[in-house]
Amino acid sequence: MSKKSDPKNEKDDSKRDFLVVSTYALAGVGAASFVWPLIDQMNPAADTLALASTEIDLSSLEEGQSITVKWRGKPVFVRHRTPDEIKQAKEVLIDDMRDPQADADRVANEKYIVLVGVCTHLGCVPLGQKTGDIKGQYGGWFCPCHGSHYDHSGRIRKGPAPTNLEVPSYKFLSDTLIRIG
Amino acid sequence: MSKPKFNNPVVKWIDYRLPIFTFMDHELNHYPTPKNLNYFWNFGSLAGIALVTMIITGIVLSMNYTAHVDYAFDSVERIMRDVNHGWLIRYIHMNGASFFFIVVFIHIFRGLYYGSYKAPRELLWILGVLILLLMMATAFMGYVLPWGQMSFWGATVITNLFSAIPVVGESIVTWLWGGFSVDNSTLNRFFSLHFVLPFVIVGVVILHLIALHRFGSNNPIGIDVKGTQDTIPFSPYYTIKDLFGLGVFLTFFAAAVFFFPNFMGHPDNYIEANPMVTPAHIVPEWYFLPFYAILRAIPDKLGGVLFMFGAIAVLFILPWLDRSPVRSSQFRPIFKIFFWVLVADCILLGYLGAMPAEGIYVILSRIATAYYFFHFLVLFPLLPYIEKTKPLPISISEPVLSGAATASAFATREKK
Repeated sequence: MSKKSDPKNEKDDSKRDFLVVSTYALAGVGAASFVWPLIDQMNPAADTLALASTEIDLSSLEEGQSITVKWRGKPVFVRHRTPDEIKQAKEVLIDDMRDPQADADRVANEKYIVLVGVCTHLGCVPLGQKTGDIKGQYGGWFCPCHGSHYDHSGRIRKGPAPTNLEVPSYKFLSDTLIRIG
Repeated sequence: MSKPKFNNPVVKWIDYRLPIFTFMDHELNHYPTPKNLNYFWNFGSLAGIALVTMIITGIVLSMNYTAHVDYAFDSVERIMRDVNHGWLIRYIHMNGASFFFIVVFIHIFRGLYYGSYKAPRELLWILGVLILLLMMATAFMGYVLPWGQMSFWGATVITNLFSAIPVVGESIVTWLWGGFSVDNSTLNRFFSLHFVLPFVIVGVVILHLIALHRFGSNNPIGIDVKGTQDTIPFSPYYTIKDLFGLGVFLTFFAAAVFFFPNFMGHPDNYIEANPMVTPAHIVPEWYFLPFYAILRAIPDKLGGVLFMFGAIAVLFILPWLDRSPVRSSQFRPIFKIFFWVLVADCILLGYLGAMPAEGIYVILSRIATAYYFFHFLVLFPLLPYIEKTKPLPISISEPVLSGAATASAFATREKK
């Protein structure tokens, strides 16, 4: 095509450039649209996403007791707090905390604290659900993996975890029945 | 190099059309190698043999393994109890991973001591660091497959490292898991990747060897080969030396496989994975401990992750961090001392990674981490300005032929 180097050919060249660029662009879009399914197949599948909800009966949970239930493959902690624990959780100054949050914002009924039992550092299950467990310096939960201390409200007080223990979405169906999810 | 003579007519016929025999003769037989290599130069070929061992035993194991959360643990137990020689194959594979890392770590420290990463071998070194990274990924995913407690919680902790990435971290972790926790999807993809990554490693090893054969091996003196008087053919001299080293290596390897097969493992991994209970003390495999100690030394989630990956990243840029023109530590009196401090520091980090993250261990981890980065980022670039290096010999042959009298005329490294 570019036999001669006269002004007419410059026009040809810019036409050629346009064709080349648009071909590459189209091939790029094509390749990307093929790669995306290959990447996205690793995301949670429809059956995994189908939100499983769990109902928990709290009537047999005495003051000072905790239970762990499984929700979305993760443990959920429910603790029936003692008046002393509630008092500590409510009265402590939140300004110095890493992730300041009032206890009232973390509970629906202050007697029961419901938490996703997964340390926000690297995903271990903190100790503190059983009577003999180490509960850490603040009496709530303690993650044995890298030493994060959580208080009675599941707030991070000391250690490497960046945020408080997550509160899952849940609601009270009656005074002693909750549904998580 | 002259063309080799083949007498076998079949070999001749093939080689004329596909010069594979000429190639092998050139790279494995006549390949000129510095004549002063010591036993630390055995560890490259040992690493290659370890890789092949892992691939062979791994393929055989995969024929008996089931990648499903309900069956994985039991299928591994079946390999141990019912499959013919399954216990042997699995113990070889399990201990083979540890021995592969032992060999590679020695290989890396050899490179550090003798300055094998310096020009013109920068890419050779970088490819090696890439192999180390691939090995770590492969080993980590392999450790998840038996689906014991350490498998599960190790996978949980390590994949959660990515949640430290700002904004997209959580989505990346969900993507890695294929769910909201480490589960069946995670196990399946880890099995798939654990199977394929070793072949990727083989590919990078081939590039590593091509880069190696471009300029040949470095040597204990660290000066360039001047001519044929400085080299000997690879075969039989180094084939026999490598084989002898292999015999010693296999003695230790067999001792571990037959007498202490679980010494480097963790008993908790013989308990089936339970997503509801974290073991009291999660420890990664020993070869990750120094990096794990660095992760825990930093009291910030993102910071810890960055420093841990940074510990590997500094290795990639090492050829440009070290400003000294002298390769071998033999001629760098101060560097030589600090080299051993670095070795001790890495061993200390490994010890600290196995200890609980509290009290004195945290403080020591921070000191050891600080030293690690000081060594690479401050010492390597600045030491050449302070250190007075010893005079280099004229050639590889010279120190041997002229006794102890090294030519002091050549105080600096000769031009390439």
